[in-house]
Amino acid sequence: MSDVIALTDIRRVFIMGDQQFAALKGVTFSVSPGEFVAIMGASGSGKSTCMNILGCLDLPTSGRYLLDGVDVGGLPGDKLAEIRNRRLGFVFQGFNLLARTAAVENVELPLIYAGVPARERRTRALAALEMVGLAGKENNHPSQLSGGQQQRVAIARALVNEPAVILADEPTGNLDSSTSEEIMGLFTTLNRQGITIIMVTHEPDVAAYAGRRITFRDGLIIGDTN
Amino acid sequence: MDFLQTLKIALRALRTNKMRSFLTMLGIIIGIAAVIAMMAVGSGARHVISQQISSIGSNIILVLPGSTTSGGLRTGTGGAQTLTSDDVKAIMAECPSVETAAPSTRSSALLVYGNMNWSTVVMGTTPELFTIREWGVVAGRSMEQQDVDSAAKVCLLGQTVAENLFGSSDPVGKIIRIKKIPFTVVGLLDRKGQSPQGQDQDDAVFVPLRTAQRNLVRTQTPNMVGAVMVKARNEELLGKAEAEIKSLLDQRHRITNGKEPDYSTRNLSEILAVAEQSSRAMSLLLGAVASISLIVGGIGIMNIMLVSVTERTREIGIRMAIGARRNDILLQFLTEAVLLTMIGGITGIILGAVGATVVSSLLSWPTLISVESVSIAFIFSAAVGIFFGFYPARKAASLNPIDALRYE
Repeated sequence: MSDVIALTDIRRVFIMGDQQFAALKGVTFSVSPGEFVAIMGASGSGKSTCMNILGCLDLPTSGRYLLDGVDVGGLPGDKLAEIRNRRLGFVFQGFNLLARTAAVENVELPLIYAGVPARERRTRALAALEMVGLAGKENNHPSQLSGGQQQRVAIARALVNEPAVILADEPTGNLDSSTSEEIMGLFTTLNRQGITIIMVTHEPDVAAYAGRRITFRDGLIIGDTN
Repeated sequence: MDFLQTLKIALRALRTNKMRSFLTMLGIIIGIAAVIAMMAVGSGARHVISQQISSIGSNIILVLPGSTTSGGLRTGTGGAQTLTSDDVKAIMAECPSVETAAPSTRSSALLVYGNMNWSTVVMGTTPELFTIREWGVVAGRSMEQQDVDSAAKVCLLGQTVAENLFGSSDPVGKIIRIKKIPFTVVGLLDRKGQSPQGQDQDDAVFVPLRTAQRNLVRTQTPNMVGAVMVKARNEELLGKAEAEIKSLLDQRHRITNGKEPDYSTRNLSEILAVAEQSSRAMSLLLGAVASISLIVGGIGIMNIMLVSVTERTREIGIRMAIGARRNDILLQFLTEAVLLTMIGGITGIILGAVGATVVSSLLSWPTLISVESVSIAFIFSAAVGIFFGFYPARKAASLNPIDALRYE
């Protein structure tokens, strides 16, 4: 089976004034469908920059990134937005749900931008909420949900458009350990159903849930273990 | 993203900050209300003026006798009786731009009918006057040339006179006394209303010119007339007709170079044009005030939209991360701004209409709210929204999603 993600010699250089800072210095790795990958590293190691590039939120200075067989480099902004919408699902550390908006409407959001008709949107959003164990909570606003529940809503939002990959950036960073375990359990379940997950974390016990661990240091991969 | 969703999101955003949305709209509300009220009152004013123009009759030149000097004092216009019936005949015969002319004499008299009396203006005139002023009768008949030729003792009553002498009963065929001389009422004139100078034009009685000259007015010579009303063939010929009358009268009255004419002419349309011009100037002034208010309101909206973009940076980041295109974001904030101004515009239209109605009922001044003015106001408010909403919306759309997501 062809790779979902293939990075070849990815470099990312930030220019601040007349200073240059290389966040990624030639990163190459690929991810097969159904993998659960944890990206690890200290802060400043380049893992977040790598995640932004994987998420099509940022473009590499040089190198080649194939997502689902599509070369992402050089695509216009609207095309990248479409890729983020159709092929990627984001889960953030801070949940990043819309306040004062019901859970189901938060989950519907990617479908709105995908142009899915209203009725289908609602059905699919409700199904996604059920998948993450939040059936019956669809009308609650984020402020009426616990941290773990909010993160489940975010995961449902990431799942709803059936993406090729789910990108999770420190998904348990804002949660206590028992809730973290619940969320990681959910990720594991989803992964068993065949969903590809790439997760950034700096906690080894969270990373332990993943089948494969890639470690970054100073903009380079120093370890890739199964 | 479809438009309905964009609209829903924008409405939700406005509802979240109700008070702020309302205060932001206020500038637009006041501006649009001013535009609507201004246009309503302005068109009401123009309506009144055009009504007054038609009440006098169109394309009219007034020829008045001149002043005389007696004992070193100049008496002013009308002080001397210098115009005659022959002058009027000459004007009608020799001025090609003149359609017709009507002489009149004016005096005050006490009218008596039964035990009622009423002091009013008696005008001696010819049938042409009623043609020029487009003044018909509602009962009986109008004045005829034969009445003038035979100096018949007949009269036409204005509405106000008829009401005061006869109440609601029919005056036609009755005999009234004017300066103790019996006259038969042959017709009741239509209601004319106020003149541009605010006089009640219906408070007058009309008798044949020759009857007036013989019986009612004390004149130096028998065929003197007080004033002549001349109607030009059309509006373009008004100035030409005035010049023709002047040269004719100069010739007849032997006014040579340097000598002061013993008559004067007045062009009524000019007077009304001035009145109309001043009402238009008033409209322009109010319009300027309204536009300034709209611009200030628009700047207020831009300001609040910029604040809103900053406040919702994170939301913008989320939307971009999950697939919103730059245009989606641009459209969302633009819709919000336009919605603000359009809701403000509609509120302003309603408020302006209410204001105009209050003005018209307080001043008994007609106000006309036209479909045009409402649609202009509506389009204008939407345009303000687009113009002042564009910059904040573009700012939102050009945010970098990574920075926006990290924004605290």
